Amino acid sequence: MSSVSPRFSLPSRLMHWLMAVLIVAMLFIGVGMAASVSQRYSLLVSIHKPLGMVILVLVAIRFANRLFNNPPPLPANLPLIQRLAAHASHMVLYVLMFVMPLLGWSMLSAEGYPIVLFGSWQLPPILPQQEAVYAVLRRSHTILAYVLFVAVMMHLAAALYHGLIRRDGVLESMASWRGK
Amino acid sequence: MKDNTLDPRRGDSALSKKAIAARLGLIGAVVLCSVGMFAYVGGWLSSERPTQGRIMAAFEAVNGSHPGFRRAHAKGICATGWFYSNGNAALLSKAALFAPGRVPVVGRLAFASGMPFVSDQQSAVRSLALRFLPTGSGEWRTAMIDIPVFPFKTPQAFYQQLLAARPEPHTGRPDPLKMRAFAAAHPEFVAALGLIGKRNPSSGFADDTFNSLNAFRFVSQAGISTPVRWSAVPVQPFVAARASSPSGDRNGVFYALIAQVAEHPVQWHLMITVGQPGDSTSDATLPWPASRQRIDAGIVTIDKLSSEDGGPCVDVTYDPLVLPAGIEPSDDPIPSARSAAYARSFTLRESERAAKPPSAITPQEVQSGGKP
Repeated sequence: MSSVSPRFSLPSRLMHWLMAVLIVAMLFIGVGMAASVSQRYSLLVSIHKPLGMVILVLVAIRFANRLFNNPPPLPANLPLIQRLAAHASHMVLYVLMFVMPLLGWSMLSAEGYPIVLFGSWQLPPILPQQEAVYAVLRRSHTILAYVLFVAVMMHLAAALYHGLIRRDGVLESMASWRGK
Repeated sequence: MKDNTLDPRRGDSALSKKAIAARLGLIGAVVLCSVGMFAYVGGWLSSERPTQGRIMAAFEAVNGSHPGFRRAHAKGICATGWFYSNGNAALLSKAALFAPGRVPVVGRLAFASGMPFVSDQQSAVRSLALRFLPTGSGEWRTAMIDIPVFPFKTPQAFYQQLLAARPEPHTGRPDPLKMRAFAAAHPEFVAALGLIGKRNPSSGFADDTFNSLNAFRFVSQAGISTPVRWSAVPVQPFVAARASSPSGDRNGVFYALIAQVAEHPVQWHLMITVGQPGDSTSDATLPWPASRQRIDAGIVTIDKLSSEDGGPCVDVTYDPLVLPAGIEPSDDPIPSARSAAYARSFTLRESERAAKPPSAITPQEVQSGGKP
């Protein structure tokens, strides 16, 4: 094929796939630890907290990168409803990538719980200790985690739909690694 | 950019309706598999697995519903004071609180029962929970119980016993057959109960010895890791428990403590028991030999009590995995389960705050020096 579809920039693709792995891992770690009472619980918690902070840093970098590297346009003939769905779902994904780690951090702050990343590495609280606030934040963290999981599943389904059925180059714009 | 590069019809001619259906099916299968894995990890596909939610439900089935209260150790009182470290434990652990000096402490004294209005019994199992707050990082939380060993080796065993102890709908009492079946399957439980049954209960909180039961590891400045258990051993002289509560009051044991502290602070030595090779760290049902070296790390002093309502301990989970650098978990599976269950219990009771009735021990009772 001689023509080359527009692709996401290399930094954008790298960030996308790195964060895809981390976020999916995070969702599974989260749902697993929230159910577990075995020794896996403490192991998963000890991964969940630092990994959340890594994701927070990465999403800030990624957001800055997005401001400089515009994503390629969607296919011109993509129906309006799908276009809107694409924009809305990406917005949800971005917002949740910021909100989830911040919620986790503020929730532990409101609980008055030491936020140990590893060893004596500790984060300062970002909220005063307030139990009523904790209860709301803790619940929101769970609910939004499910929303994020659903958004990730829809993103996955839409990507495969573009790649397998529409075959319009949208999947390849992110998932192709061939040289230019 | 050529117009045809993003043409959705590129190759469409090759996709029959059948092929589209097959591909849609494939996409559906990928998503369903992912959702299935998520559900599996979340414990929704295995009804036998003791999850946090199921353990909370089992507590409720055994103890009844008590919104706003801890699911275990429900009837308690807040206690504040300090820990005066003599520096002896600093050889084993680099934790800041073991350096010589004074560290503020927020504690809680409670009956182990999950019923917040249970009538005080001198012989009932009690707990002392402590939160050490050295300046900066290095907070330590521990919850100790006045029994010599823990009756359960694993969270599964704990959960199975809770299930067996649920009252039957028609009798209102646990099914003895289920209790017997549990005991038969868990000889370590029976052995531990034997040891617990031999304990000599004290008359109250102040003359009681509380034990960590679970093993942890102290890590020294040099990186040497030592298995340890610890106990709070009272300075107050031991007085044996009587069969009935003093003055027959529902809160008699708490009132006695309040009166005692109003007169004089109460104190415990923090004793660190040093494990030897061969001492089990993974099984809290097994005692360590009495001959093990015990290090007196310093004295915990409690000089002020307050009701849980508005008290400084009510919003604290005495999570045994809140550990400073210098104290690490061992291979004992119970602290992780306690950490998980306490976190869930905390979330539940904080969400139920509005529905919580006043605690058994009210601020007025503490103020009046232990009188109803």
